[in-house]
Amino acid sequence: MRLEARNISFSYQDEKPVLSDIDFTVETGEIVGLTAPSGYGKSTLGKILAGYLKPDKGTVLVDGKSADVKAFHPVQLVFQHPEKAVNPRWKMKKILTEAWVPPEEMIRKMGIEQGWMNRWPAELSGGELQRFCVLRALSPQTKFLIADEMTTMLDMITQAQIWRVVTEYAARKEMGIVVISHDTYLLKRLCSRIVRLNE
Amino acid sequence: MKLFRLQKGTRERAIARIVLFLVILTAVMIAGSHIPLDSIYVDLENINHPPGLTHLFGTDWVGRDMLTRTVKGLSLSIWVGIICSLSSTVIAAVFGILGPTLGGKADAVISWLVDLTLSVPHTILIILVSIACGGGFKGIVVGVAATHWTSLTRIIRAEVIRIHTSEYVMISKRFGKSRRFIALHHMVPHVVPQMVVGTILVFPHAILHEASITFLGFGLPPHEPAIGVILSESMKYLTSGQWWLAFFPGVCLICVSIMVSALGKSLEQIMDPVTAYKK
Repeated sequence: MRLEARNISFSYQDEKPVLSDIDFTVETGEIVGLTAPSGYGKSTLGKILAGYLKPDKGTVLVDGKSADVKAFHPVQLVFQHPEKAVNPRWKMKKILTEAWVPPEEMIRKMGIEQGWMNRWPAELSGGELQRFCVLRALSPQTKFLIADEMTTMLDMITQAQIWRVVTEYAARKEMGIVVISHDTYLLKRLCSRIVRLNE
Repeated sequence: MKLFRLQKGTRERAIARIVLFLVILTAVMIAGSHIPLDSIYVDLENINHPPGLTHLFGTDWVGRDMLTRTVKGLSLSIWVGIICSLSSTVIAAVFGILGPTLGGKADAVISWLVDLTLSVPHTILIILVSIACGGGFKGIVVGVAATHWTSLTRIIRAEVIRIHTSEYVMISKRFGKSRRFIALHHMVPHVVPQMVVGTILVFPHAILHEASITFLGFGLPPHEPAIGVILSESMKYLTSGQWWLAFFPGVCLICVSIMVSALGKSLEQIMDPVTAYKK
């Protein structure tokens, strides 16, 4: 299966386009890095791929078709700031199981403790919350994961722990990953291919 | 069970406050509605009695016991407050949710209505609406309800807009969740606490406005034992030194307002997960 963006153009204001005629392709099972300096439209492209933004021109195809907006989207985006991505009035267990019920083993590997399940988001740290946000996006229906600075605000040990779970799972389920980051060491370590938007 | 552990956390204190104020307010209401009207009898042998052991709040110029009149008046005020704040909340909920959901012109009309209502001084608007509705109990309730929905409408509207554009709702949509699911699971837990707290915080405004309109003579009729009526009648006797006629009913009205306001704030504190378990 292939995630394909063809001739994507996008502008927030009329004058200056952020993206113009971008082509981008990811295969399932592939880990692709996406990097560029700030303001080159990395996150914008990520949001377009995951269906959060509509491109002005061009199409995004998953397996040759455009995704159904009413169903579970096969391309899932994990945001940089987990505290904005969870409903502050939901307990953690409800947040984690919104899309699917992750198996115990993955919950443990992700470093999520059972005692956190009954807490409110305000009672967990950013790193603890991000583990929930990553895990809830790894549903069996997710074919591609867009990790937009997913682990930037975490310490090295937590970063390694989360990426180990994600890459193992991706290899097992043939899931494609787009890693959006400024961190070239992280990209070199994880990705089989790196795309630079500024070139 | 938390209540009985006798901890000194803010949560326990907030719950204790809520229970205490609820008990006092219900007691006043029950007492007020169970006192028969003829217990406020004219007793010409005991007129203008200063506060003392037999008459805690004193008696007025025809010997009526002021404590009984005050309790009766307070319970009437609390009823007016309850009816007004509940109807304001219903209006605010309908407008606040419909506006951003329908968007465009409907939202603009609702915002314009809010601005229009806020641009006229409350008291004048209440008097006009009250007179237009034929005055009395009905007039005052409609008048106060028609003017107190604005701030809550703004709060609910802003909240609904904020949640609609939040990342967690957008993520929920990518998970294929329906509009119904988003409304029930994402909106309701945010909007309902706002509405409950909003209703309670409108209450003190409602009863103070009721009392002031009645005091001015546009509200409840003179034969009702309302606090506003008591205060306006007592004005004539203040100059002759009968301070207790206005002092005790006035202080009681302010106490009720403060209690309800504190009740609302405590409820807000324990309902918000961010402050719920703060020590």
